Amino acid sequence: MAQIGSFALLFALALSGYSFLAGIVALVRKDEGAERLGETARRAGIATFAVVFLAAVVLVIAAFENDFSVAYIFHHSNRDLPGPYKFATLWSGQEGSLLFWALLLSAYGLVLRVRHRTDPRLFAYASVIIAAVQVFFLLLVNFSAHPFAVMQGSLPEDGNGLNPLLQYPEMVIHPPMLYLGYVGFTVPFAFALGALAMKYPGEKWIHITRRWTMVTWGFLTCGIFLGAHWAYSVLGWGGYWGWDPVENASLMPWLTGTAFLHSVMMQEKRGMLKTWNMWLIFATFGLSIFGTFLTRSGVVSSVHAFAQSSIGDWFVGFLALILAVCVYFYVKNRSHLRSEHKLESLASRESSFLFNNLLLLLACFTVLWGTLFPVLSEWVQGNKVTVGPPFFNRVNIPVALLLLLLTALGPLLAWRRTSVQSIHRNFTWPTVAALAVGLLLIITPSSWGAPFGMRPWHDASAFYSLVTILLSALVAFTVAMEFVRGGRVISRHTGQGLLGSMIHLAHRNTRRYGGYIVHLGVVIVMIGLAGAAFNQDKEREMGFGDSMSIGHYTLVCRSYTQDDNPNYSSEWAVMDVFRGGRQIGTLYPERRFYKASQQTSTIPRVRSTAQEDLYLVYEGQNQDTGRPIIKAHLNPLVGWIWIGVWVMIVGTIAALIPNAVPLRVAATARVEPIPAGAGD
Amino acid sequence: MKSPSTVTAKRVLQMGFLFVAMVTLLGAGEQSSRFDELGHRLMCACGCNQILLECNHVGCSYSDRMRGELMAALDRGDSDDLVLQAFVQKYGPTVLAAPTKTGFNRIAWVMPYLALLAGLIGVGYVVRIWRSRPLIRPADAPAPVHGAELEHFRDVARKETEL
Repeated sequence: MAQIGSFALLFALALSGYSFLAGIVALVRKDEGAERLGETARRAGIATFAVVFLAAVVLVIAAFENDFSVAYIFHHSNRDLPGPYKFATLWSGQEGSLLFWALLLSAYGLVLRVRHRTDPRLFAYASVIIAAVQVFFLLLVNFSAHPFAVMQGSLPEDGNGLNPLLQYPEMVIHPPMLYLGYVGFTVPFAFALGALAMKYPGEKWIHITRRWTMVTWGFLTCGIFLGAHWAYSVLGWGGYWGWDPVENASLMPWLTGTAFLHSVMMQEKRGMLKTWNMWLIFATFGLSIFGTFLTRSGVVSSVHAFAQSSIGDWFVGFLALILAVCVYFYVKNRSHLRSEHKLESLASRESSFLFNNLLLLLACFTVLWGTLFPVLSEWVQGNKVTVGPPFFNRVNIPVALLLLLLTALGPLLAWRRTSVQSIHRNFTWPTVAALAVGLLLIITPSSWGAPFGMRPWHDASAFYSLVTILLSALVAFTVAMEFVRGGRVISRHTGQGLLGSMIHLAHRNTRRYGGYIVHLGVVIVMIGLAGAAFNQDKEREMGFGDSMSIGHYTLVCRSYTQDDNPNYSSEWAVMDVFRGGRQIGTLYPERRFYKASQQTSTIPRVRSTAQEDLYLVYEGQNQDTGRPIIKAHLNPLVGWIWIGVWVMIVGTIAALIPNAVPLRVAATARVEPIPAGAGD
Repeated sequence: MKSPSTVTAKRVLQMGFLFVAMVTLLGAGEQSSRFDELGHRLMCACGCNQILLECNHVGCSYSDRMRGELMAALDRGDSDDLVLQAFVQKYGPTVLAAPTKTGFNRIAWVMPYLALLAGLIGVGYVVRIWRSRPLIRPADAPAPVHGAELEHFRDVARKETEL
């Protein structure tokens, strides 16, 4: 089994090496044989997918067959591991996850190479660049982190088992989503670098790249939030984001990718920011690789990181090579990236994109800086300082609030120039409505529970929370106004109902209205995050019939017991939940001891409503009394985060749907020149 | 006699002072909020990389003891600085959840603001260059456009009016 896998990986390396070299020769040569050579390179790229897929299948089969002669299977699986987690073994360790990287990249490469007729020359350049990245990852799995390395000495009876923290259903989909995001940024990078290298005429490449970036961005968004939900559901500390280096590694390319998705519109519509966009996509890809390096090299310490290894040197070399290639082609062809238009007013869509990009990049820089500062301080001072949530929250919360403000303002500003009347017309009512929401949250009694009865003067977190909700309301009202206003116009012309007209409107310009839906999702997420200012928690040892109160809830311990199965043994409590004297449910917080890995893990139980989550953790047992220690968290508005993510996904999908064909009115027209200083 | 605008300005100033005083005084001196605030500025020393008050690391031999020490220091009436200093002396500088604002560590805090400043200067520079570019204007009076030229203008208009 291991031999088949090893051979497949070597063969895949040879194929992708050929795809890269033959592809380059075909692009450079001018004779008639170049086209045929290019075709062989393309086919070799397609074949790479088949062979890497074979290697991945072999590893999964080895996990299901408990083939502990393969060291990777011994370290990450065991006989009693449930089937879905045996499948997840593929990405649960260093070597397997790098193979998974290579597999996803070859799958993206397959799609790209199959669709090469869209623009054969550009796709040939992109294919060569993808083959180069593929060669790097296949070199890694062949020579540095081999997933089919065999065990030395006598064969063990059973494996070490999968890390208990990874034995959770979301772990079967979170890493693939995250990796689809990370790996996917290779495609827009390949198109951008290819377009620069060949001095691609026109903006078609940016349309192609934008679509790939949106898909990738959608996957990365899903991956990040699935990770947050996993942390919330498994780690048992009551939170979902801890500014851990591994979390930060996924956030950085997301931030630059988001900046690119916005600024690319300036290039499409106005022929501006060409150099900026090129470097943004280079940076996004570089940060994806850098994030992979961070989590695998042992440079930063994290509970999520893979084992420390020498693999970091490979990544440093690869990053240096990427930078050198990007700088070379930029210097060589930068004249191709000159802007075509001028900025006519600061009150315009263009300037809102500029500030949007500035803030997103500032947030990215802060995350990068905070993640690397411990390394820098150790290098300079000789001791490693901790850079944790207080630093990131203090710097990034104001940035996020400014971004929210821009999310409200930007989409309603016109390209080129916006008049004062237009600003007045678009923002007066949303601003009044948002202020009314803020006032309502202050004047309502706090007995209604958070976020009602806010006291923004009480502390900074309450103040930030109120401002977040207020700005979120502003964005939501401006988006709603856009839908309603456009829907009314269509309704007047077609006689359709308002809802039908709004759907029709969105279908006429899916990108614009899909983008609005994504913005709506973002504000719902932000409202969810704002709830963290009002988190409460309590901890108590609970015997039979003991009770504890938190917020509106009273918890009564009905029982506590133990259980056992081949994979783990567990202790759990039966907690009845009362509200207003009435029982509304029962929760079963649990602690498991996994036999193969000899590790313990908590399984929190959550009762979620739109207003708050009641989150119970089985902390442990008092050794003297044998009674469980239960920690209860009351986390307001957390459910909004997960709803918001769904809305973001719906918006992203909507933005990818092709537009309905616009109505074209046959008319002769006289185009008047736009006078200098004219309004929108 | 004072003008109405002077009186209004004075009232606004007084209200401002009142608001600042409220913000400063409300919530001050509450031991539980100090425990919560300081507990979130410290890391658990067991190596789990979690904030002290959020550490739920099963079998952690540090967090309970450290929480007890924090509560004892607050009961003694130690100032925030003294409490944090005592933790640093006992557990080392990594026990602080964020860099201090002294010495080299100050750079950690200053750098994001410097980056913002550099970004603003960069944006300002770009805007200046863009605005100084000459606007191309037709020399003659505008003429009616038809056919391909009209389609071109329609495409430009469509591009510039949709998101």
